[in-house]
Amino acid sequence: MIRIDNVTKHYNGAARAALESVTLEIEKGDFVFLVGASGSGKSSLMRLMLREDVPNSGSVYVLGENLKRLPNRRVPYFRRKVGMVFQDFRLLPNKTVAQNVAFSLEVIGKSQGFIQAAVPDVLELVGLAHKAGNLPGELSGGEQQRVALARAIVNKPAILLADEPTGNLDPATSEDIMRLIERINAAGTTVVMATHDRAIVDRLQKRVVVLSHGQIISDERETGYSFTPANQNTNEDDN
Amino acid sequence: MRLGFVFGEVGQGLRRNASMVISIVLVTLVSLTFVGTALLLQLQIGQMKSYWYERAQVAVYLCTDTSPSASCPQGEASIDVQKLVEQKLKSDLISPYIDRFYFEDHKQAYDNFQKQFKGNTIAKYVTPAQLNQTFWVKLKDPTQSPIITQSFTGVAGVEEVRDQRSYLDQIFAILNAASLASIGVAALMLFSATLLISTTIRLSALSRRRELGIMRLVGASNFYIQLPFILEGVVAATIGSILASAAVWAVVHFFVRGYLATVLPFTSFVGDNQAFMVAPVLIGAGIVLAAVASGVAIRRYLKI
Repeated sequence: MIRIDNVTKHYNGAARAALESVTLEIEKGDFVFLVGASGSGKSSLMRLMLREDVPNSGSVYVLGENLKRLPNRRVPYFRRKVGMVFQDFRLLPNKTVAQNVAFSLEVIGKSQGFIQAAVPDVLELVGLAHKAGNLPGELSGGEQQRVALARAIVNKPAILLADEPTGNLDPATSEDIMRLIERINAAGTTVVMATHDRAIVDRLQKRVVVLSHGQIISDERETGYSFTPANQNTNEDDN
Repeated sequence: MRLGFVFGEVGQGLRRNASMVISIVLVTLVSLTFVGTALLLQLQIGQMKSYWYERAQVAVYLCTDTSPSASCPQGEASIDVQKLVEQKLKSDLISPYIDRFYFEDHKQAYDNFQKQFKGNTIAKYVTPAQLNQTFWVKLKDPTQSPIITQSFTGVAGVEEVRDQRSYLDQIFAILNAASLASIGVAALMLFSATLLISTTIRLSALSRRRELGIMRLVGASNFYIQLPFILEGVVAATIGSILASAAVWAVVHFFVRGYLATVLPFTSFVGDNQAFMVAPVLIGAGIVLAAVASGVAIRRYLKI
């Protein structure tokens, strides 16, 4: 589903590589946490998976596509198969909840009929059907992240990338969001989630990939943050 | 393809950038009006050329007593000179090129002069003897005037051979220069219009960067992302070019037809038909210019 092969990514002007010789394979239906300090390379790795960047060396295969060779004009069609949510939600403040979700379908040319059917469904799924007409500013942080999740999955992507989706939320709300992401995963969507949140990683007991200074220092299944053998290394520069 | 969505975006962009859009409209209006004027001047030149060249004749002026002595040392041309010229015009060598010719003697030249300069003080001082006797030659093909010029220049008793087209060429040179100046101004204005369109489109993209970010994230195609911006520039420029076409028509209808044509009744001027011919050119140029300018601007702004 996702194969990262000996990838090195160096940003212009940066002293050291953001990712160095990273190799990682993620199967269909997997739930993978990417953990590590700020600057350890979690976001860089996700950017590569969404083809926001291409690696300097090594290769990235996602959904059978070699992203390094994917021509620019086909990138949008690739991204339609991958959903993404962020710490800061990235909703359009002047559009309602339903319009925000509909917008992501309108811009990929879906028919009005499809949109009218799909948007209420997905809002129902994330538990926001009753807030469809509200503006994002009228919602709590957790509700806004639900809208963002609804937008990410409304087109039924094979992969959901989540970059610190609970970073701005209190623990109780985070639990709600995680339950939702687990449900999305249970429905067959592969989930890759970058996080700092120990409690969540510990509770879910999923595959945990630990990054430090651009390298994978541990990759174990059914584990927690605190039990990763390399946690000593990451603790010191964690924040 | 959701046209409703695209046009909604275009409308939003136009409203948000109203002042910039108005400036695009005005700059395209002014620049394309200059382009239109230049085109009409060219049409005018073409029309006058075909009208006047058709009527232009070659004049073979015979010497008078008052002619400069360099070309006419012997003074007034004798009747023999007149006969010689006439014979030569009728000769097999030259006559095939000639449509018709006629001879104008001192008396006729004087009458014509008095008619032409009626009321002018110069008419009082001119005597028939001062005016050249002239062979007026109408050629089958006016561009072949050198045949006459070469045959009669330097012939004793001939003061000068003059193709009337040489007078017209001066007028056309002036009109041509005006047309070129107009093109020059138009080029400058079109350049600034291009820059203005690019800047406006970039501003528009900047004010919608959240939307653009999300569009890229969810996989909107580049065409879909760029189309509203390109259309925004095209709509503004189209309004400008339609106004420019109206301005060009107004100049033709009210100034050229309404004023010039009444003041100079014997000149053939461009009319509404020519203005209607120029309009689609202007509108087409406006659309292409705006599409290219905003397309380039938005492409630079948006990377994948």
